[in-house]
Amino acid sequence: MSVVTRRPDYDGRVTANRLPLIAGATVAAMAAAIALVFFYAPEDADQGLSQRIFYFHVPLALTAYACFGWGAWKALRHLWKRVDGADLESYVAIHQGVIFGALTLLTGSIWARISWGVWWSWSEDQLVMFLVLFLFYCAYFMLRFSLDAGPARANICAVYALFGVVLIPISFLAIRLSKQFIHPVVFTRAGPQMTDSQFVTFCVALFAMLALFATLYSVELAGKRLDARLRELRELLA
Amino acid sequence: MSYVGDVATLARKDLLLELRAKETLPAMVIFVVASLTIFHFALPTGSGEVAAKGMLWVALVFTALLGLNRAFVAEREQGVMDALVLAPTDRSAIWAAKSIAVLAYLVAAEVVALPAFALFFSGLDGATVAAVALADIGICTVGTLLGAMAVAARARELVLPLLFLPLAIPIVVGGVGASVGEGPRFLLFLALYDAIFALVAWASFEYVVVET
Amino acid sequence: MTASEKYTAAAYLVVFVAVLAYVLIIATKLQRLEREVAELVQRVRERG
Repeated sequence: MSVVTRRPDYDGRVTANRLPLIAGATVAAMAAAIALVFFYAPEDADQGLSQRIFYFHVPLALTAYACFGWGAWKALRHLWKRVDGADLESYVAIHQGVIFGALTLLTGSIWARISWGVWWSWSEDQLVMFLVLFLFYCAYFMLRFSLDAGPARANICAVYALFGVVLIPISFLAIRLSKQFIHPVVFTRAGPQMTDSQFVTFCVALFAMLALFATLYSVELAGKRLDARLRELRELLA
Repeated sequence: MSYVGDVATLARKDLLLELRAKETLPAMVIFVVASLTIFHFALPTGSGEVAAKGMLWVALVFTALLGLNRAFVAEREQGVMDALVLAPTDRSAIWAAKSIAVLAYLVAAEVVALPAFALFFSGLDGATVAAVALADIGICTVGTLLGAMAVAARARELVLPLLFLPLAIPIVVGGVGASVGEGPRFLLFLALYDAIFALVAWASFEYVVVET
Repeated sequence: MTASEKYTAAAYLVVFVAVLAYVLIIATKLQRLEREVAELVQRVRERG
């Protein structure tokens, strides 16, 4: 059984199937990350065990940003170069982004619960940022499902995806600015600079998350393409 | 015809239609005054001036939504959208003209709303008015693009608020910050928002209305 | 286990469960696709 198998792309081109390779890399990276987090990284002096949540929470957040960025890139490819299938790839990337974003919010909320006893905190920039993005990209799905399939839907969703990445830095600025007049809650995220071992662990965890995105993305994309092929086949046979 | 000429013609058409129909603008004015009244009852005593300023911005955003919902209604109901897109003009001129028309409605509504706010609650300073002016530009440019997206969608009146509100969050932050007197950086932020999103909206409108 | 340990475990568990849930959804989809392919193959056979 070869690792790299051939599959026909849906417009007839034959490309290598890298999915087993990506999935394998993900398994290895995840295993390494979890091992490092629990056996190698030093215990944080201030926060104790709960600091280890960060090794998943921050990579999840960064991966979500990567998902939205990738989605916007594919959207641009669709609008600019009219690349076939870019719209579907953009949609899948954004779908993954919402999943990783939701996980970011969940893990962030749990961490807030441990640290401060509350399930939500408006003074945590990352959490507020993801709430705004979550709202924005959920609206993406509402938009997509209220449009009939076709070139119009692809174009409109692509434009919206581009608006999303423009919104990210603007929202970030807005959240920073808003802390001036929203009553500040005095909570600080404790933590000196990361030690070497912490940094290594973090990097492996980040790589593992990105690999996970790559795997889930490829799987979902393959599933959707198969759907489209079957629909085409059904129409040809009808 | 020149680009500016096209925009002027299209904007004039929309404003004339509204002048004759008198549907959208009166509704917006009544809505904003009613909202401000409700906010008086919604704010508990001792809430202070700052909370009231925040409520002004909520009222403005939702009044703008009302206007934006109506922006493309004429084109939708008579199926005029396709004809408009076929016109021998740069498609973004349609966007510019619509934005100007919606801006006109919004400013007209604010001419009533701001004095009403000053009357019901506390005073109005220059920073607030400047913030409102800058925010209007952002609301209209972004909102018009989103309105065009919603035209093609099935549950239009539901979809437009969902699309608009996340993008309105930075506007509210900038507006409230400036109104409450936290400094000119909020006005600068609003100007930045306007510049960036107007550019993106202008460049991408073509793709929203064209089928291919 | 201390509260801290419980919550940390919960955080990791949430991520783990989410990924597994995703696998479940994909598996269901795969079942549906297999059924469709079988149906289409049958149709082609009947066509002769």
